[in-house]
Amino acid sequence: MNILVVDDEKDVQILFEQRFRKEIKCGEIKFAFAFSGEEALQYLNDYNHGAVLILSDINMPGMSGLELLRHIKEKYNAPPPLVMMITAYGDAENYNTAMRLGADDFLTKPVEFNILKEKLKAIQ
Amino acid sequence: MINLASLNSSDVIVFTLAGMLIIILLFGFIMYFLFTYRHKQRDFNLLQIQKDEIGTQKQLLEKTLIDLKSAQAQLIQSEKLASLGQLTAGIAHEIQNPLNFVNNFSEVNKELIDEMQVAIDTGNISDIKAISNDIKENQEKINQHGKRADAIVKGMLQHSRTSTGVYEPTDINALADEFLRLAYHGLRAKDKSFNVIMKTDFDKSIGKVNIIPQDIGRVFLNLITNAFYAVSSAPSTSKSPKGDLPYVPTVSITTKLIKSPLGDLGAKRSTGTETVEISIRDNGSGIPKDILDKIFQPFFTTKPTGQGTGLGLSLSYDIIKAHGGELKVETKEGEYAEFIITLPV
Repeated sequence: MNILVVDDEKDVQILFEQRFRKEIKCGEIKFAFAFSGEEALQYLNDYNHGAVLILSDINMPGMSGLELLRHIKEKYNAPPPLVMMITAYGDAENYNTAMRLGADDFLTKPVEFNILKEKLKAIQ
Repeated sequence: MINLASLNSSDVIVFTLAGMLIIILLFGFIMYFLFTYRHKQRDFNLLQIQKDEIGTQKQLLEKTLIDLKSAQAQLIQSEKLASLGQLTAGIAHEIQNPLNFVNNFSEVNKELIDEMQVAIDTGNISDIKAISNDIKENQEKINQHGKRADAIVKGMLQHSRTSTGVYEPTDINALADEFLRLAYHGLRAKDKSFNVIMKTDFDKSIGKVNIIPQDIGRVFLNLITNAFYAVSSAPSTSKSPKGDLPYVPTVSITTKLIKSPLGDLGAKRSTGTETVEISIRDNGSGIPKDILDKIFQPFFTTKPTGQGTGLGLSLSYDIIKAHGGELKVETKEGEYAEFIITLPV
């Protein structure tokens, strides 16, 4: 499974690579990282949306995670990749907007990786 | 001796008239003195009344002054609380991120130690080495993000505390960066659609500058919040200089160490030859000419009622002046506004 992680915090890459080191080692999951919404769109264009699942932060300078979500769900409709939002703001307004724009799931920070892994298994 | 018989009638008339005149004059004098005395008495009474009145007024004014001073103190406090409220949401977000790393990296390390114990049992030295390196790296990340959370909380406490009034050697760049992030997340938390490109250009050659960090922090927060407000309320018809590109809301912070040229006769103090310049610039709609001279006045605000205290810029101006610095503004309507702080090093 190809997963694109989008977050403006660079340490997220190290964290995911460590948290999923077993899955990465055995080739179960392949990760790509983008540090802004713009970078994520670029990646999706360059690799002809090679990602099956996108995990995106919401609060990022420049294009927000919600805008990215809207772009992805509007543009890549054959079929669009799954998008899971991960945010420090778990408020109802954020949640509702994400759901309205077609988010497939919604997680809050700090990320519970056990829960995330279970969700990923369910998708696989 | 006067012979009465020799007096004729005309003499009698003259004497009588003279006597009457003297009596009238005497009476007149008495009346005059009586009158002026009463007049003076009245004047005196009036003065006394006026004096009492002035005394009462003075007391009243003194009380009003005390009331005004306490009202001013309350306003400053409420302005501070308003900006603190703005920060709270930003702080919550800012703390979740480092906590996310602290929690997760420490859990990863627990797993890695389990793996290392397995590697020790099987005697796989290269695995042990690799795992211990990972643990070390993660440990550094935990420490780094723990410190980050600590700095955020300290920043918040500093902001809410009454100014200590104590000058401390402070990293101006770090202070500006901290408040840029806090202001951004604070606004973003309230307004999901808010978007801005933030540019920073920090002069690393600026050493620590002696300032009251809480006070200068408030100035940064005020100016940055204003800049964000300016770009978010800029009309969508605003164009970038090329005219055909869409509007990109941008706020930039620049710091510069300025050394006055050698032989500057104006610089008498040996320590006053260097200044730090901090510029906060936005590409919003600028400040109209007719209000430019009012923006530093207390209670002047362009925001709708209830949205701004009108004290932000006025307080900022006072704080910078108290630091022996200057706060200036440059603007072009429809293009930009730039606030420039100059502080002596």
